[in-house]
Amino acid sequence: MAKTKLTFTYLFLIVAAFVSIFPFFWMIVSSTNLSVEVTGGKLLPGAHLIDNLHKLTESVDIWNAMWNSAKIAISTTILAMLIASLAGYGFEVYRSKAKDIVFNILLLSMMIPFAALMVPLYRMLGQVTNFIPFIGIDTPAAVVIPTMTTAFLIFFFRQSTKMFPRDLLEAGRMDGLSELGLFFRVYMPTMKTSYAAAAIITFMSSWNNYLWPLVILQTPENQTIPLLISNLGSSYSPDYGVIMIAIVISTLPTALVFFLMQKHFVAGMVGSVK
Amino acid sequence: MKTADPALNTGKKATRARMGNRVKEGITGWTFVGIAALLIFIFFFYPMIQALILSFQTGTGMNLKFNGFDNYTRLFTDSMFLTAVKNTFIYLIFQVPLMVILALFISVLLNDKNLKFKGFFRTAIFLPCITSLVAYAVVFKYLFSSDGLVNAMLLNLHLTNTPIDWITDPFWAKVTIIIAITWRWTGYNMIFYLSGLQNIDSSIYEAARIDGASAIRQFFSITVPLLKPIILFTSITSTIGTLQLFDEVVNITKGGPGNATTSISQYIYNLSFKYSPDFGYAATVSYSIVIMIIILSFIQFKVAGERNG
Repeated sequence: MAKTKLTFTYLFLIVAAFVSIFPFFWMIVSSTNLSVEVTGGKLLPGAHLIDNLHKLTESVDIWNAMWNSAKIAISTTILAMLIASLAGYGFEVYRSKAKDIVFNILLLSMMIPFAALMVPLYRMLGQVTNFIPFIGIDTPAAVVIPTMTTAFLIFFFRQSTKMFPRDLLEAGRMDGLSELGLFFRVYMPTMKTSYAAAAIITFMSSWNNYLWPLVILQTPENQTIPLLISNLGSSYSPDYGVIMIAIVISTLPTALVFFLMQKHFVAGMVGSVK
Repeated sequence: MKTADPALNTGKKATRARMGNRVKEGITGWTFVGIAALLIFIFFFYPMIQALILSFQTGTGMNLKFNGFDNYTRLFTDSMFLTAVKNTFIYLIFQVPLMVILALFISVLLNDKNLKFKGFFRTAIFLPCITSLVAYAVVFKYLFSSDGLVNAMLLNLHLTNTPIDWITDPFWAKVTIIIAITWRWTGYNMIFYLSGLQNIDSSIYEAARIDGASAIRQFFSITVPLLKPIILFTSITSTIGTLQLFDEVVNITKGGPGNATTSISQYIYNLSFKYSPDFGYAATVSYSIVIMIIILSFIQFKVAGERNG
């Protein structure tokens, strides 16, 4: 009885794992094959990886798109970490009734769908373009600024701060550290794992963001990687091998982050609901 | 009396210093939280106020004028909007429960202490989460095309005699979208359930087993009630996510065939940036999603609360 149950468990999990992995396998294998071979259903690696890469770099500037995405994702992550951790720390360490009310109001912003924000934000940035051109429409800064503060991340840091040993603050005060000094010199180094987890979540969502860059970025030179992939995917005569190599390249940074920091990754996601 | 008691004086000074500290701490605290609060106000709440004003206006570009509740009454006669709402609710009703049940089931299987290769299974099933929505949508579009690999496999296994029109048939296109979202998010939800399961004391299960409770009985009487807060959390986030569906629909079916897969977010995008821009009406449509999110989250809370009692 227990044995049949275990057999069923293995069978089910093998199928689930296969379904989960197969599209990855297919896109990697297809990136080494010619378009005709991909449509022919070839599932073995071929010898056309370099050809496909050449064809891709001749038709679109993928490295530029990668650079744009990296710039945006890295600056969003750094700014988001600073702003959200400072707030999460502030809400918990300098706790007061009034701040708790503000905190709950901020949480309401998690219910707002981005589609509802997109038009007003677009109009706001359109007005800003006249005064401060480098944060207006069609600039990388315009992608970063409205997306760098999320209530989710503030919530995450507030939850993490509950685990932070307060005695360290008293000790720091004795040593004559200022309140800001306490945050940078005591809190930040102690909370390294929380920062790692939050950074991964933020980097991934910024790297993969599609709708807002689609609205705000217009010239091809400013294109981010999801915009480039989307354009490639909507062409009428797709070259499958070429598109798959583009997708593989675009997934490498997030895959790398995931495999290098898997522990932090899972801890971050789960920590946020506890 | 003119010369004040020095002890009293220092006492006063200390009190003043302490009060000064408290004020200083107050200012520091508010500065720390204030930056984020201000940014959230500017980039979330202020645009929502703008959208509310816009939703009562009509016109293009900057030539907007108020037209009362016209935009709101237009919603009920706008067949495109009604189709988008219908499509979004079809995704919601089928996809969210399917994914929650699947993720719950997999995590219970993975929680078996006799199971080997746990780490491998967990990583494999979680892996879809590292892809961008656009990238996996494009991969799925090709896998599910009429001459794609999925049809080839189904034909080879004799599960079907004619290729299925996964992308171009109104019914199957919705199925494809649902399969795609389920593939991308099941592992994500599974991680939450797994962490919840680890917090359940195994002695509860042992006691149930001694009492002769079957595995199914244990699942419904122990696992589900104890995981309820997490199930509620994942249901709400999935519901909000589905109501905002955009990337997959745009990149797999472009909303087609006809408008069979168009989502509400896609319709808002089209109204604002694809058709001749109608920001006022687009804002009205976006408020309809806000209202739906509030109502659905409220219902989910209520349902969970009652089961609790």
